[in-house]
Amino acid sequence: MTTATPTRPDRAARPVRLNWRVRLRRDRSLILMTLPAVVLLLVFNYVPLFGLVTAFQEYDPLAGIWYSTWAGLDQFQRLFGDALFWNAVQNTLYLSFVQLVLFFPVPIALALLLNSVLSQRVRNFIQSVVYLPHFFSWVLAITIFQQMLGGAGALNHFLRNNDIGTWDVMTNPDTFALLVSAQVIWKEAGWGIIVFLAALAAVNTDLYEAAAADGAGRWRRLWHITLPGLRGVIVLMLVLRLGNALTVGFEQFLIQRDAVGYDTADVLDTFSFYYGIATGDYSYGAAAGLFKSVISLLLIWGANKLAHAFGEDGLYRR
Amino acid sequence: MLTIERTLEAAETAAPQAVRKKKRNTRPAWEEPPTIAGETAKGITLGGVLLVMLVPLWIIVVTSLSTQGAVNRAGGLVIWPDGLTFEAYRVMLEDTTVRTALLVSLGITAAGTAVSMAVSVMCAYGLSRSRSFAHRFLLTLLIVTMFVNGGLIPTFLVVTGLGGYGQWWSLILPSAISVFNILILRSFYSSTSADLIEAARIDGAGDWRILWSIVLPTSRAVTAVMALFYGVGYWNSFFNVMLYMPTDSEKWPLQYVLYTYVNRGNGMPGSVNSGFGTAFSQTAPLSLQMAVVVLTLVPLLIVYPFVQKHFRTGVLTGAIKG
Repeated sequence: MTTATPTRPDRAARPVRLNWRVRLRRDRSLILMTLPAVVLLLVFNYVPLFGLVTAFQEYDPLAGIWYSTWAGLDQFQRLFGDALFWNAVQNTLYLSFVQLVLFFPVPIALALLLNSVLSQRVRNFIQSVVYLPHFFSWVLAITIFQQMLGGAGALNHFLRNNDIGTWDVMTNPDTFALLVSAQVIWKEAGWGIIVFLAALAAVNTDLYEAAAADGAGRWRRLWHITLPGLRGVIVLMLVLRLGNALTVGFEQFLIQRDAVGYDTADVLDTFSFYYGIATGDYSYGAAAGLFKSVISLLLIWGANKLAHAFGEDGLYRR
Repeated sequence: MLTIERTLEAAETAAPQAVRKKKRNTRPAWEEPPTIAGETAKGITLGGVLLVMLVPLWIIVVTSLSTQGAVNRAGGLVIWPDGLTFEAYRVMLEDTTVRTALLVSLGITAAGTAVSMAVSVMCAYGLSRSRSFAHRFLLTLLIVTMFVNGGLIPTFLVVTGLGGYGQWWSLILPSAISVFNILILRSFYSSTSADLIEAARIDGAGDWRILWSIVLPTSRAVTAVMALFYGVGYWNSFFNVMLYMPTDSEKWPLQYVLYTYVNRGNGMPGSVNSGFGTAFSQTAPLSLQMAVVVLTLVPLLIVYPFVQKHFRTGVLTGAIKG
């Protein structure tokens, strides 16, 4: 991973590299400024990293991490023989796939549509509205869905009044994947258009004019100019999505798990929570978490390779 | 350089074109005239999108303002106003559970945002001067955490091991900084005019002074957007409450109250002797529930318009986080 920064003119002018002691003295206030963040990261990110050893222990809260007995790979053996765990893996992959197919194209389509609206006022208004749900909490978003589509919600009320029968979407395991995708689309698709709008604004308008002069209609312009202009961003977003394939949302499932049942709504993250923290079986949950982290890291690496194969930058430049 | 930083730069260079576009509210000469069918389809789609976003909010607000009679007549949620009253809000604000939760939420949001912003701004500036001592090492230390983390359970064990169970700080410190936000701030600070900084340095200003008097005032937009991000995160904090104080109902913020009394439909302690009568002692009346929903929305709706106009400059990279 490269972390190179463009050279800063205010200090880059110095031709020779100064002695480290001189630089430390000169930059002591800069170091001091980063200190609080570094301390927070060390305590709440790096120490837990070390805490992953609990996955190889039979962790006992009373004995603590230093005195708990070692269990080797026992936790993982248990994990891989646990039908509930494979159920969570399967749910995660399935939900991730459904969301990719249903969610991913929506912001792109919405951005294209919005970009074709001429009036700046209308565009600003629509943008303000569709960005808003991104800032709602999942509790709030799901409460809204419950009130609209739930058993006692607005939709079923309307259906009952017209004798069409009822259709309880919120507790039906069969349609759960569609439901959570709809929730993600409602909450995040609007926010997702920002990057695509930025990429669209960067497309050179002269290209459109030249293409129109050559007789290209609006669909051909879309295909030959607009979409190639979006290609880089689309690949980047796809890479990020694939890299995060094992993360399908946590609070969203936590809140709805009881309504549809664990066999439908348990994903890897909620599995760690329910079979690790809620039951006090910490080592078991940590093992599930570690499994997820390792696979995720591999996925990010693989997705990035894929992006490079497409000639795009992906997450970082080669 | 990370791709996110480059995307940010690309977006900035694209900005002038966006401004030009703003002036062009008319169709360019080379574009073919719009077809009626196409325009209608576009209008219906965008109108539909707006309705899907706004209608639920409308129904919730109207129901929260409805009298019990109106709710009964409608048999549930009220779509058209039919007898309006602020009774639900009165009862809600007299209820100690909700009042405490509101104060808790506001307190956590204010304190958390202050901590997060102070730490992030300092760190971002501290890392923005290139060739400074150890900045590459520190930057790597930060970025590594974006890809590798201990996960839920080790973090939980660290926080509880430090005595964080039931403590306020457990809702703030473990997730106080987002490395991503720091990187965005840093890339803005790196692009602050070097001449300005050099001039200040010659005038004898130290790094603290430069940060406070030059860098911060020249990057108000991104600062506002980051504060909104952090603030919304704290206002919405829910899972940390479930982890670290699930039983202390006096310490619950609003989101957790919403979850318990509206989402799960548990009886609200204060609604028993309310103006709605004892018939609703099991579950809070619908208008009261909807009033709680509105209450969690209101602060967001107050702040949103002020910050929203800065999204173009400040947020472009934030969306990639998705």
